[in-house]
Amino acid sequence: MGGRTRSVVTTVSAFALLVLLWELVKLVVPDDGVVVGGVRILPRTDDASMPHVWTVIAKLGQPEVAGAADVRTVGAAVAQSALYTLGLALGGLVLGGVLGVVLALVMLRFRLAERAMLPYIVASQTVPLIAIAPLVAGWGGKIAIMGWAWQPWASVMVIASYLAFFPIAVGALRGLAGPNRASVELFTSLAAGWWTTLRRLRLPAAVPAIIPAVRLAAAAAVVGAIVAEISTGTRGGIGRLIIEYAQTATGDPSQLYAAILGAAVLGLVAAALVSLLDRALWRYRGAVG
Amino acid sequence: MSELASAKSARSAVELDGVDKRFGDVQALSGIELTLDDGEFVSLIGPSGCGKSTLLRVVADLEQPTAGTVQVGGKPARQARLDQDYGIAFQQSGLLEWRTVAENVELPLHVHGVGKAERRARAAELLELVGLADFAGSRPAQLSGGMQQRVAIARALAPQPKLLLMDEPFGALDEMTRERMQAELLRIARESGAAVLFVTHSIPEAVVLSDRVVVMTPRPGRITEIVDGRRPGRDAAELEPDDVEDVRETAAFFAAVTAVREALRKGHQ
Repeated sequence: MGGRTRSVVTTVSAFALLVLLWELVKLVVPDDGVVVGGVRILPRTDDASMPHVWTVIAKLGQPEVAGAADVRTVGAAVAQSALYTLGLALGGLVLGGVLGVVLALVMLRFRLAERAMLPYIVASQTVPLIAIAPLVAGWGGKIAIMGWAWQPWASVMVIASYLAFFPIAVGALRGLAGPNRASVELFTSLAAGWWTTLRRLRLPAAVPAIIPAVRLAAAAAVVGAIVAEISTGTRGGIGRLIIEYAQTATGDPSQLYAAILGAAVLGLVAAALVSLLDRALWRYRGAVG
Repeated sequence: MSELASAKSARSAVELDGVDKRFGDVQALSGIELTLDDGEFVSLIGPSGCGKSTLLRVVADLEQPTAGTVQVGGKPARQARLDQDYGIAFQQSGLLEWRTVAENVELPLHVHGVGKAERRARAAELLELVGLADFAGSRPAQLSGGMQQRVAIARALAPQPKLLLMDEPFGALDEMTRERMQAELLRIARESGAAVLFVTHSIPEAVVLSDRVVVMTPRPGRITEIVDGRRPGRDAAELEPDDVEDVRETAAFFAAVTAVREALRKGHQ
């Protein structure tokens, strides 16, 4: 438990340090930034460019539209959309996780499949997300699965899974192929079949490789969901909210910063969920036989 | 099928007849003829590359012979493996880190769908046999190398095999631990009644443990000589570790060591 307390303390002090640094820059650097020979090497620090941290926090309690008391507060809006995006990102993570593990199993079972598929799996990640997002949204509009019409949020989830499956496929393949020859032969000597060996040896032995992969995938799914919301124009999520607030940010950037803060917290929550998974699987975290 | 032949082979724990094994151009084993009686302790010894491990792996059905027949307890090797008629231990204990010591011992039974209560009882019994009853709930990482190897032996004994195959199980242990483990193994083998096929490259180890020492030579791997081990008192009710220490100082022991050494030297010429 000592390690846990320490990690909480570290996280909190890192955040405090960031706030301190932000305020320090505002204090030290002139409002107009620093310009050397016509090139601005440090940004403007006036309140319109870099609002005070407390201004951003205070903004969370104010209504979304200035002066209108009956609309939701900025904080509520940010929390609501962050939660919506978190749902989509987690859905994408689960989808990508299943796809990644299935691909890893196919590659493990058939060496030929590994040689045939791995280059394309790597190549899939070099296609810019911005390019495929509208494509997925376009295809999605044309299909209905068993009477269920495709929804825009489903496109976001698919795009998030497109980023999430990659680290999981690679990590799972490495982990599943991890057990040494002696362990595999032990299972052969026990007359254990492929599935039994998978369940009792390969999967447990792969956990230490899969957990970091899931952590990477969770971060990728969050980024994927936010970018997908923006590029497909899906409403309701934090990606869309950032765009909306950015358009009204010219006079008062604190609202935009509040939304960005929400996106950052969203990433932290996703990472914390993976840590819970890690804790649940503590038994398998040790060294591999 | 001659009933006489099958009745005869049913009496022997292992029967190898004209076994050849070839890896590409390399003749790993050539014309191996060897029979282990029930409860007999036989060591395979020879320089690296003489095929002693390959021979053990052929018996375990981890390698297929290129020619010849392999019978384990009167069955083809493959059938014996599927029926779990043998237990095996390697140089690395190969314990699964995420299982407790008891769960590692239970593994063979778990794989074969034996019920939990029966598994528990059998593991407790085996850990008692190898002197690790107090460590049932420990993780393998908490044990010393010698203790891990004893867990691996207990695991090999879990399905109550008539045959124990061991590929240099004490090779990674220090000399003191090793000698203690040899005494332990003799006691365990006697109590379980299993025949043992034991691969080693230590001459004293082979002599002190075995009823017979099979000397092998490389290129091609074959059996050059079989030397009687000088293991005293097979029929004695108890063999204490101290007795094994005594054996190491007898004239018979030195004579057998010399015989094995000379057989190895002859093979090298």
